[in-house]
Amino acid sequence: MAVRKISLEALARVEGEGSLELSLHEGKVETARLKIFEPPRFFEAFLRGRAFSEVPDIVARICGICPVAYQMSAVHALEQGLGIVVDGPLRLLRRLLYCGEWIESHVLHIVMLHAPDFLGLPDAIAISREHRAEVERALALKRAGNEILRVLGGREIHPINVRVGGFYRLPTPSELSALREKLERAREEAVALLRWVATFPCPECERDYEFVSLRHPSEYPMNEGRVVSNRGLSLAAEEFDSAFEESHLPHSTALYCRFRERGSYLVGPLARYNLNFDRLSPWVQSLAREAGLGPVCRNPFQSILVRSVEVLFACEEALRLLSLYEPPEAPSVALPAIPGEGHAATEAPRGLLYHRYRFDREGTIEEARIVPPTSQNQASIEEDLRLWAERHLSEPEESLRDRCEQAIRNYDPCISCSTHFLRLVIRRS
Amino acid sequence: MPARPRLAVWKFASCDGCQLSLLDCEEELLSLAEAVEIGYFLEASRKTLPGPYDLSLVEGSITTPEDAERIREVRRLSKKLVTIGACATAGGIQALRNFARVEEFVSAVYASPEYIRTLDRSTPIAAHVPVDFELQGCPINRFQLLEVISAFLAGRTPAIPRYSVCLECKRAGTPCVLVARGIPCLGPVTQAGCGAICPGYARGCYGCYGPMESPNPPSLGRRWQALGASERDLHRVFRTFNAGAEPFRRESEAHGG
Repeated sequence: MAVRKISLEALARVEGEGSLELSLHEGKVETARLKIFEPPRFFEAFLRGRAFSEVPDIVARICGICPVAYQMSAVHALEQGLGIVVDGPLRLLRRLLYCGEWIESHVLHIVMLHAPDFLGLPDAIAISREHRAEVERALALKRAGNEILRVLGGREIHPINVRVGGFYRLPTPSELSALREKLERAREEAVALLRWVATFPCPECERDYEFVSLRHPSEYPMNEGRVVSNRGLSLAAEEFDSAFEESHLPHSTALYCRFRERGSYLVGPLARYNLNFDRLSPWVQSLAREAGLGPVCRNPFQSILVRSVEVLFACEEALRLLSLYEPPEAPSVALPAIPGEGHAATEAPRGLLYHRYRFDREGTIEEARIVPPTSQNQASIEEDLRLWAERHLSEPEESLRDRCEQAIRNYDPCISCSTHFLRLVIRRS
Repeated sequence: MPARPRLAVWKFASCDGCQLSLLDCEEELLSLAEAVEIGYFLEASRKTLPGPYDLSLVEGSITTPEDAERIREVRRLSKKLVTIGACATAGGIQALRNFARVEEFVSAVYASPEYIRTLDRSTPIAAHVPVDFELQGCPINRFQLLEVISAFLAGRTPAIPRYSVCLECKRAGTPCVLVARGIPCLGPVTQAGCGAICPGYARGCYGCYGPMESPNPPSLGRRWQALGASERDLHRVFRTFNAGAEPFRRESEAHGG
């Protein structure tokens, strides 16, 4: 039978370049391939030979949307290799900085990239014509996240204040009190955002995923914890390489990261929420329930709701951290001059982000390994697409494409991590 | 009512941060969307309008044969073309491959190097097509971006200073970290625009806005050495996000391979 190849318009509102190819046979989706053709930039190669003090500034440039995640995984991995633990107020400030990135990145995705799918509109500007107040409120919330990044990081994109051992400069009391006022408003705006998103019509779709995220003894995870799953996995970051493997397929410049034994898994807000619901405050839990979420959510389309819950959490947590903060004596701790190898995983807005570095006595990087969340989710995205496309095969191609795009955006894929626009190619035989 | 000017935003090899500066404009973004017609901006909208575009903003560097072709098409469709950020104006951090063997880079990162198609150099947009204005910065400053867009819409030259970060420190009242604290700083050779953030955070400028007009890196290099910087330190510090910019490339090479 003749093979029909149909190219459709580029996929928008994702960060990075790629396309989707569906191969159909007798009404079934045989393969769904997310082809990422973002040009490779070779970070792991050119990090070799750099000073470890340069690493936080360099790895930030992997992603303009989540630079703090790259900086956090890097400094924690390097510090582990040096045998030091950055604790107390400096640890608190790092968590506060991460709250800023979660708020900024999540709100960007919820309102500007994902919401248009649920409302049947092309973009957030079109939404603002019908829901001006909601969009403006969300932009104000995003601005509050950016304000944390600006105060603690120096600027919103590629912050300059993060270093191995702590920070270059501590925030001043007046900077922090101005931040507290903005965050108190932001917390109210986050409640309103969650309630608005809960009114969006949401597709029914559940899958039995293996969720993977960090788990911390007492906190909703960000910078620290064991790598756990809903199927019994529990690892320290240094065991990551032994449990997961990256493979390389011809159609993509992003590597696929899978379990050595079981294949695909899911990282990101859904995984964090399902594995750490008990670490959310009773107030956030009750607002999540009011929005229609239970303690476990297996519907990838509800990730937009879970992201909204995490924004609420991040506002509440940022305020809690600000109330606990007592300035330390110095902005950073002294670093020993020793060779080492260190591993760390932290929770980027899009999910688990693993870094490993080996360095010599002078602090020169000898080897670097970076596993971003999107390469971990790539196999899971393809499985979602097979299931989801098959259910909607009878629909016109344009509608099928829209559905597939929405399913991809469930993951907030940050394709520039490895590597922008998705094209949908359907092969029918 | 006359037709609104049509704006396009294009991405090549980059981190998305400079486009994000446009989304980070927040309230200005909604006003901008009223002043211009967004014809092509995939990170923000699936709605695309055909060219020609009155103004194209280009993020990212050229690193693949396909992108070398695509930028010619973008130029053909654009009345004015402005590059935004260090990748588009100098090749970006990914231009570090220009000083290495790209085959070795590919095999260091990818299990199956044969699946990767890439050029052995990362080059700025101006190396491929004529560019009407280059906005420096890694990332760009969103207020400078709004100035550039407004200037092009009004048909005037953008008011983007080419002087050094030092003037921004003076204006902000930040004591010179190099003179007062002996912290090595690239501010004297780096173009202003960031607002002199790093010295304001007690660290030296690391040059992410690229070279100012007529810089003197050798002189600054000697000052760094007097503060204890090694040849390797100087080699590295000029070889980061603007490694491909001529004055920085030359100074890096002067301090070893």
